[in-house]
Amino acid sequence: MYVAVKGGERAIDNAHAWLAEERRGARDVPELTIPQIRQQMALAVNRVMAEGSLYDPDLAALAIKQARGDLIEAVFLIRAYRTTLPRFAASNPVDTAQMALDRRISATFKDLPGGQILGPTFDYTHRLLDFTLMAEGAPEAPLPGQPPVAADGDTPPHLPHVSEHLNHDGLIEPAPQGETLPPDLTRSPMELPADRALRLQAITRGDEGFILSMAYSTQRGYGRTHAFVGELRLGRVAVEVDIPELGFAVEIGEIELTECETVNQFKGSRSEAPQFTRGYGLVFGQSERKAIAMSLVDRALRWKELGEDNIGAPAQDEEFVLMHADNVQATGFLEHIKLPHYVDFQAEMELVRRLRAEAAAAEAQQHQQQPQEAAE
Amino acid sequence: MTQAPPAERQAWMARLAKASGAALARLMPDLPPHDLLRAPETGTVMVRGRIGAVGAAFNLGEMTVTRCAVRLDDGAIGHAWVQGRDKAHARRAAVIDALMQTGAAPRIRAEVLSVLEAEAEARRASRAAKAAATKVEFFTMMRGEDA
Repeated sequence: MYVAVKGGERAIDNAHAWLAEERRGARDVPELTIPQIRQQMALAVNRVMAEGSLYDPDLAALAIKQARGDLIEAVFLIRAYRTTLPRFAASNPVDTAQMALDRRISATFKDLPGGQILGPTFDYTHRLLDFTLMAEGAPEAPLPGQPPVAADGDTPPHLPHVSEHLNHDGLIEPAPQGETLPPDLTRSPMELPADRALRLQAITRGDEGFILSMAYSTQRGYGRTHAFVGELRLGRVAVEVDIPELGFAVEIGEIELTECETVNQFKGSRSEAPQFTRGYGLVFGQSERKAIAMSLVDRALRWKELGEDNIGAPAQDEEFVLMHADNVQATGFLEHIKLPHYVDFQAEMELVRRLRAEAAAAEAQQHQQQPQEAAE
Repeated sequence: MTQAPPAERQAWMARLAKASGAALARLMPDLPPHDLLRAPETGTVMVRGRIGAVGAAFNLGEMTVTRCAVRLDDGAIGHAWVQGRDKAHARRAAVIDALMQTGAAPRIRAEVLSVLEAEAEARRASRAAKAAATKVEFFTMMRGEDA
């Protein structure tokens, strides 16, 4: 419990003024602009959009600037802003088969139709610091050649998903169908057990580090599901909304998404022939690590539905995963313990003092008794 | 005033929504007189995805959206729902939607929509060509047992 404490107004004002000054940093260094953050810190912007659960790159860039680069603080700012906006509608589900692809790879099929498209990836870089990016005052280093462009006619068309090829042969479980309205944890508190739609919503806005660690734990044996990346794709999809006043659907914009489909261990039963199972990840922006991790965690949480053993692994524990994935909730509860708890602590102090006094009294009594015992 | 087939109107409304507010302002700086039926208003749309890309829907997260409705002096009504928080963008898109239902449609199509279309296509083609240039051409190394 914490109580209102009066008397700190001037100190707080001064602390905020100093915070603003520290945020700006030295005045002889030019101030960052929102377009600079949006353009050159794009993956940080993506992470704030994904975990803030609001697709708006300008706002995410602003939040990063205001939070001095503390991404969880930025996510907090975005979540708080979102609550001030009315919700107009829900979109029709995005069609990722129609994605305008920047990247599309499969770890399971070398010769997949449409080919492997690497896109703008860190993969295959040597992870050596590039000091040319640090050369200050020097004219901007030329790009290592303009990115080559394929000859006309070689642009990737919209490509069907890899899993559809497996699906045709019945080698992989079909995706669950249904037209029921998906639950929404931003509208009603999350209830457990959660269905898969609710789990996916919680995971896609969950903390990347937490989801990554959960996924990693399954790979190390805590709920292993033998995942292969069937397909990973990155690109832009249109968002279509039914406009009530018009009576038809309109594409209202375009968002960047990363999608991962895993192909996992199969299981047969008396009634069903063995087939591969699936995990699914879909995340705002270019967020590849998160999308892969999401699909592993999604798959691990499906143990009950697939009749697998619960080995007590953390990643199989729906309550553990879903109730600890949100970094705004976690930060709020963690950091509140630094706020004044004077009354709580006063009570604890008194309790400790009383216990100590009782212990001392008991000890003194024992000392008194001992000589008598010795005399007997 | 002509009643455009929904498919056509869907296409131009999508084009106006996906263009930047700056592009619309550049192509159509001056707007004809109009009343605001619904002043530009910013809110969100919950974006949905599908489980396993093709299955049942789930809630992915929200995006910012601005909507607006206008009426021209001749009675034509225009609507706009555009991504982001740019109120001028939504207002301009709504006016253009209304104009597209009037005799001005051919001129607007030529001066605004076809330009936006060409710019969007150029951006798409440029990215797609860069992506295509990163397409891997695998070849299989000879394996020992094949020798």
